[in-house]
Amino acid sequence: MAGMRRETIHAYLLLLPAIVLLVAFTHWPAIATLIDSLYATPHGSRPAPFVGADNYLALMDDPVFWQALRNNAWYAVATIPASIILALLMALAVNEALPGRAVLRMAYFLPTMLPMIAVANIWMFFYTPDYGLFDRIIAVFGGGRHNWLGDASTALPAMIAVAVWKEAGFFMIFYLAALQTMPADLREAAALEGSSRWNYFRRVTLPLLMPTSLFVMVNAVINAFRVIDHIVVMTRGGPDNATTLLLYYVYEAGFRFWDTAAAATATVVLLAIMALAAAFQFGVLGRRVHYR
Amino acid sequence: MMVADHTPIGRFLETLGAWLLGLIWMLPLLYAAWTAFHPAIYATHFAPLAPLTLANITSAWQAAPFTRYLLNTVMLVTLILAAQFVLCTLAAFAFARLTFPGRDLLFAVVLLQLMVMPDVLLVENYRTLVHLHLADTILAIALPYLGSAFGIFLLRQTFLTIPQPLDDAARLEGCGLLARLWRVYVPLAKPTYIAYGLVSVSYHWNNFLWPLVITNSVTTRPLTVGLAVFATTDQGIDWSIVTAATLMTSAPLLVAFLLFQRQFVQSFMRAGIR
Repeated sequence: MAGMRRETIHAYLLLLPAIVLLVAFTHWPAIATLIDSLYATPHGSRPAPFVGADNYLALMDDPVFWQALRNNAWYAVATIPASIILALLMALAVNEALPGRAVLRMAYFLPTMLPMIAVANIWMFFYTPDYGLFDRIIAVFGGGRHNWLGDASTALPAMIAVAVWKEAGFFMIFYLAALQTMPADLREAAALEGSSRWNYFRRVTLPLLMPTSLFVMVNAVINAFRVIDHIVVMTRGGPDNATTLLLYYVYEAGFRFWDTAAAATATVVLLAIMALAAAFQFGVLGRRVHYR
Repeated sequence: MMVADHTPIGRFLETLGAWLLGLIWMLPLLYAAWTAFHPAIYATHFAPLAPLTLANITSAWQAAPFTRYLLNTVMLVTLILAAQFVLCTLAAFAFARLTFPGRDLLFAVVLLQLMVMPDVLLVENYRTLVHLHLADTILAIALPYLGSAFGIFLLRQTFLTIPQPLDDAARLEGCGLLARLWRVYVPLAKPTYIAYGLVSVSYHWNNFLWPLVITNSVTTRPLTVGLAVFATTDQGIDWSIVTAATLMTSAPLLVAFLLFQRQFVQSFMRAGIR
């Protein structure tokens, strides 16, 4: 009995530093955000008054918030499937004995190793009117000058392209890992039966990759709401808030307008979205994770 | 591309498609490299025999305190990695091999961080660090990431696979808890440490938003924030120099990746398997 108590004390001592830091910078701020969203922004040394749902009502009345939500929805709807499908194609390609396979795998994966801010700088150059790569390619086909980042209709797609380019190679790795653990005799059996490659892919490969797809999808959803480095550098949410994503809205509210109440309230929305993604992973993914 | 059966033509088209995609994927980097190593007039036009130059690199290096930024980044990733290794090892061992009340609940609490990352909680974390009088320090950039659910999870999974008899043998020889952890568990988990280390270093080398928010001076800014400040305020549109600076700041990680490609790819794979 005394021995067991000692083990408990040891366990708590071992856990203490990690748990304290985790709670202090993840759990506590999440709860504090929720509390702050019910109070007005404090001014000077006066304590902030309790305002109940007022911040939420104000948020509902803010057209920029709705636009951020809409932008983020489009951004997610475009980047997630595009990067996942490309990742799968890349993995299938480099899983074959193609000439130059190692170089290809490196080419696909390299953007993952670059900081998003470096990627943003490079792509900003691409999007430059007249001189940028895009305008030069279009000029070859007789097109004219286009201000990709300055035009509200092309700015968000331009951000989506950057995100897909950066992310697809990262997701490829997980598909590649799954493909490499796939039993070879399945393929031989299918070949004996004369099943076409497309059929084999649709009936065997794709279902076996399902857990990987779900894992990648959850990560893609989180990233679509978490990564705004390129927005900060390339467009600052503009033009006319055309590229303002949810976290960018929070960032502006918190650090440009110093309106902590608005920032907290929008963060709660962001947290709710992430909680949904988490519930999805634990609910749908559940015990179906097959790795190793 | 996948519809084709294994005919020579199908194979050819498949290879062609894969390479086309690979070229598109490499184009931005090749373009950046071209711009960085040629005089500014060639930045926007391509001539195969254009003279090579290192002038852009040297002027970018001199135009901003990149040496200091590099030092800050190195200190930052070292601090984070060292603290994460120690803290996650201790916690992972407790979760893997000790029994105590509330273990499953605590583990679930830890795992929550896999979904809600500190990155989205920047307003509250900023406030906490200002209260602690730590804003604008390298420690402040690191603190939110030191207790890492991801690291705890990864190491716990590895520790669980280590045979209990090894642990028992060490215990019989009179090893205490920490000695067993150090002599039995840590050495056997080496591949996991390498994998986690590479993922952690690349993440924090490239991290931008939180350092941008919490730092405000040359002595604390990591490379990413330094690059952003340089590219937006100092340079305007001198693309050759901006691109040179961009490549320069990413170079250490890129070179490391090219040298240890296999380890990197395998580490990312291993880290994703959970």
